[in-house]
Amino acid sequence: MASTAVAVGGALRQGRVRAFFLRWRSGDEVAHLLTLIFASTIILLTVLLVFELYRNSALARDKYGWQFLFTSTWDPVFEKFGALPFIFGTVVTSALGLLVAVPLGVGAAIFLAELAPPRISDALSFVIELLAAVPSVIYGLLAMFTLVPLLRNVVQPFLKKTLGFLPFFQGPNYGVGLLAAGLILAIMIVPFIISISREVLLAVPVEQREAALALGATRWESTWKVVVPFARAGILGSIFLAMARALGETMAVTMVIGNDPKITSSLFAPGYSIAAVIANEFTEATSDLYISALIELGLVLFILTFILNGLARLLILATQRKGTAQP
Amino acid sequence: MNYRSVWRKSVNAVMFSLTGICALAVVSVLVFILGYLVWNGGRAINWDFFTKLPTPVGETGGGMANAIVGSAKLLLLAALVGVPVGFIGGVYLAEFGGKTFSFLVRYTTDLLNGVPSIVMGIFAYTMIVLPLQHFSTLAGGLALGVMMIPIAVRSTEEFLRAVPQSLREGALALGASRWKAVATVVIPAAFRGILTGIMLALARVAGETAPLLFTSFNNRFWSHGWDQPTASLPVMIFTYAIAPYDDWHRQAWAAGLVLLGLVLLANITARVVLGRKLSSAAG
Repeated sequence: MASTAVAVGGALRQGRVRAFFLRWRSGDEVAHLLTLIFASTIILLTVLLVFELYRNSALARDKYGWQFLFTSTWDPVFEKFGALPFIFGTVVTSALGLLVAVPLGVGAAIFLAELAPPRISDALSFVIELLAAVPSVIYGLLAMFTLVPLLRNVVQPFLKKTLGFLPFFQGPNYGVGLLAAGLILAIMIVPFIISISREVLLAVPVEQREAALALGATRWESTWKVVVPFARAGILGSIFLAMARALGETMAVTMVIGNDPKITSSLFAPGYSIAAVIANEFTEATSDLYISALIELGLVLFILTFILNGLARLLILATQRKGTAQP
Repeated sequence: MNYRSVWRKSVNAVMFSLTGICALAVVSVLVFILGYLVWNGGRAINWDFFTKLPTPVGETGGGMANAIVGSAKLLLLAALVGVPVGFIGGVYLAEFGGKTFSFLVRYTTDLLNGVPSIVMGIFAYTMIVLPLQHFSTLAGGLALGVMMIPIAVRSTEEFLRAVPQSLREGALALGASRWKAVATVVIPAAFRGILTGIMLALARVAGETAPLLFTSFNNRFWSHGWDQPTASLPVMIFTYAIAPYDDWHRQAWAAGLVLLGLVLLANITARVVLGRKLSSAAG
């Protein structure tokens, strides 16, 4: 009995080896191997990217350690590098952007996925896809010549007059600054929130809506009390994705943030973001330590977006699973 | 009871219009961008823009011919890096992939897609600019090429998966080996979609500025060969926009109009070619 099992096993293995060579001769194994190599290149490139960021920031990491993240002096002349003002600027502008973009984006996504007639919804969704394709330097160009003057001449004087008692709306008014950067970020990330949230909402099973409507709910009630809670995790995911984008957004922010590494409570004040300082100072950096500090900033940015993207993917996946798991 | 149903219906109507206003507000941003660019760029654009080199500060006129050629060269390099890896990687995921490794590849692709463009610039800088000790078209092309990969992989995989299983089975039943079935039946069936996906990927990197700032840098003159710094449209827009000269601003508007026109044209063509499939591929 045991010997027959061995014999059968041997024959099987022999068969498998022969099949392998057959497939090799017919080209299947070659094709498999070739495509595998290219697919592995993607992983290799990503690993290489992380490694290069890590390796080339060694100088700054060794010199400053964790203090790099908590020091607020940035003085290239005396080679004192602290990332805090940039982290502050990045976080504040992204938060501002989300504050405006989330209600707007989720509202529009609800309209497009649930309430609008399909033809209107399709046309509008296409326009929103186009918006997502507009290069960021063009957003920056427009913001410099339209948004900034508007803020300087109309919006910020008005805010100062009405809400000037709050620390956010005090101080000199240049037009460029944290508020301008936050607003342009909001405009840029709205399309992402809309298109992903809409997809997540559309993945909610139709039965959920029908059941709510059959119980006598209005369209809005079925949307707000049934569909949106069902898709909550996915919508949260779309917000995280948008946030990751906002953190890494470079050109438009660089053009309107004012480029001044200070930490202030006023939203009118010029600030600086991680991506903007890399964009502006990389080619001017003369010493190795300077370059290394800028690359370490890049590493910080990479890690931030990495965490947010990972969370977002998990959340979106969870919602889509939940949608398809329904009978 | 009547009062309650009136209340509920009016909440319904109010929220309907509120969310509608949100959608309209977002859409009107595009109308504004287009209108403003066409208005400002249209006045600034002329034949010189496409044929002449930039003039020195203080002289009016001139164009961005070198930046247009530079952008084309960068895109060619990007395609050389991004298309093979993206396309064949996508074929692997759709046709040959196992479970665990495919998951890993897909996850890394998403990760790569989320890498901020400025970080991609640093990567190309450390890979090419540092060893060569000077800025070059090559480095810019590499940065853009790596950025293309995730989009190309994802769209290739998606369009290959959309090919009906029966086509594969038919080819295999006729005695074709697996790779022959893929190469002669499945890929041709999905070809239009894959090509459009690659075009969209190119359109996306065409507007990228941040990865070029310290890789291909900028150049006031023609860039000969591949190892010299080169001008490109997005970087020119940035440089000209932040400069204090009115004439340069006009040129920036013209360049913005040309760039946006190309990007939108690619996206609209994709939409027309693919019909409604696009929305799923873009996400």
